[in-house]
Amino acid sequence: MVKIAVLVKQVPDTNSKIQISNDRVDLSSVKMVMSPYDEFAVENALLHREAVGGTVTAITVGGNSADKVLKDAKAIGVDEIVRLDCTEYMDSNAFQTVISGVISQDGYEVVYCGKSSADTGSGSTGPGVAEKLGWASVSNVTDIQFTDGMTVTVPTEGGNAIINVSAPLVVSCDKGSIKVRKPNVKGIMMAKRAQVDVKSLNPNPSNVTVVSQTMPAEKPAGKKFEGGQSAETVVQLLREEANII
Amino acid sequence: MTDTVVIAEISKGKVSPTTNELISAANILGTDCTLVIPCTDSSLADQASNISGVAKIIAAKSSVFTNYDASGWAQALDSVAPQGIIVTAASAQSKDLAARIAARRNVSVVQDVISIDGTTLSTPIYSGKAIENVAINGNVVVSIRPNVFPGVSNDGSCDIQVIDASGDLSTAVKELVERASTRLDVSEANIIISGGRGMGSPDNFSHLEEIADTLGAAVGASRAAVDTWDDIPHSMQVGQTGKTVNPNLYIAVGISGAIQHLAGMRSSKYIVAINKDADAPIFQYADYGIVSTWEEALPVLSSALSNMLS
Ligand SMILES: Cc1cc2nc3c(=O)[nH]c(=O)nc-3n(C[C@H](O)[C@H](O)[C@H](O)COP(=O)(O)OP(=O)(O)OC[C@H]3O[C@@H](n4cnc5c(N)ncnc54)[C@H](O)[C@@H]3O)c2cc1C
Repeated sequence: MVKIAVLVKQVPDTNSKIQISNDRVDLSSVKMVMSPYDEFAVENALLHREAVGGTVTAITVGGNSADKVLKDAKAIGVDEIVRLDCTEYMDSNAFQTVISGVISQDGYEVVYCGKSSADTGSGSTGPGVAEKLGWASVSNVTDIQFTDGMTVTVPTEGGNAIINVSAPLVVSCDKGSIKVRKPNVKGIMMAKRAQVDVKSLNPNPSNVTVVSQTMPAEKPAGKKFEGGQSAETVVQLLREEANII
Repeated sequence: MTDTVVIAEISKGKVSPTTNELISAANILGTDCTLVIPCTDSSLADQASNISGVAKIIAAKSSVFTNYDASGWAQALDSVAPQGIIVTAASAQSKDLAARIAARRNVSVVQDVISIDGTTLSTPIYSGKAIENVAINGNVVVSIRPNVFPGVSNDGSCDIQVIDASGDLSTAVKELVERASTRLDVSEANIIISGGRGMGSPDNFSHLEEIADTLGAAVGASRAAVDTWDDIPHSMQVGQTGKTVNPNLYIAVGISGAIQHLAGMRSSKYIVAINKDADAPIFQYADYGIVSTWEEALPVLSSALSNMLS
């Protein structure tokens, strides 16, 4: 029986247009969804539970509106859902301190998360939380086998490494060959009624602060040519104008 | 000003030229840069002895560096690296390491930095759809996106101090599986040529491979190509749920330019698009667009490149 936590985060749908108002990204009118890699984390956590028995708890950090991502996880089969109630900005150190505190306090043995979230793209949470707990971590994991202990596949420079791992452990998940399960009607109904366990937080002050969020510099319009023959012109430009070949 | 520590980026058993870029970035962030080179054999560090912009070079020698183990590497590097702002590359492995070292030193990490202005660092957020500017206060760990900062030159001279570093492995490599193809991976290449659904069939990727061989490039793919054809593995996928790449040149062939594909490649230095649809969104991001079928354009591209590079 293994006690598993999976960290999930709500982010703007990857199709959404990002706008800035008052030096901050304005998310008021974008659709929020579970960060894509977190879907693989949830799936792997459920597969782990199915292989060895145990429980899976989905944990997120945020305000009321973040309950939706927990309900989405509940609908596809996690056992418990926990929200760490906090809407203020935390830098990576403050954030990981909070998460690792809950993980050790509540006695989880294995933590799954996405390899990075679609908003910051940092990928710091998995390895950072593991370090704070003094645990092993494996990141960018594309495949997991639960027969004969636990082995994970991670990409290396020349191919892949198959690595033996054991709890306590943090696994940051990439997309692999597994298919993410979809909720059924029963799951959705159950999720609707499910109680979110809300825990209050008192984070440490942050040493890294956000000054502003801005739009990226516009790239000047490129040159466009008609017809396949123009590939020759482009090759010339790549050498003479761009100086890259 | 704060002291800085650069963790050398190692690629194919060598100190990668990305390391020179990290030293440039470190010298904007602070002074007295110490270059730490993780190695199993200190001879690896010798090739860095003429790197400029550093006050000190430490060859951190340990058997723990044989294969990547996040916990062991962080422990070993922490034990030899002086205090200060730590700089790593923003490759998948080094970002992971950066996060572990930061947590170990109880400081924050700022990943994927693309510009530095005093103590303000800029990083792309929402896959490059916006930029976040953060202020750092005190020591942090910073990972620098490759191909953004100019590299320092190799005309310095610095003694190398070899220090035995120790770390405990927390995972065990059971097996290393070499990639079947000898071609570069998209995450390692300076030039990438990618194919999308418009390639029509996986067999047609051979035309991309031919050009890749001429250029020393990697072959990438859109998700539509990966999802549609079993022969195109996910390891080739560029984009939101694939790899984020930042090469000098990205050639997109038969790729429409969906926002999730752009997420993975829009920061490439130069983008060339070949698409038969003049209105394909990819053209808005292309430095050089070719409105044509690939059937028509690729043979011309291939022979022009061969002529130029032979
Ligand atoms: C959560 C999420 C994550 C995603 N992650 C990714 C990701 O990581 N990477 C990714 O790529 N996509 C991703 N997608 C999918 C993305 O939305 C697009 O569906 C995908 O990028 C389209 O691939 P494509 O450009 O190859 O195909 P299409 O959009 O079908 O475009 C094919 C293009 O080929 C052109 N064409 C056709 N025939 C020819 C010819 N003979 N010669 C020249 N041009 C031709 C057409 O004009 C067209 O523009 C994601 C989607 C979601 C929802």
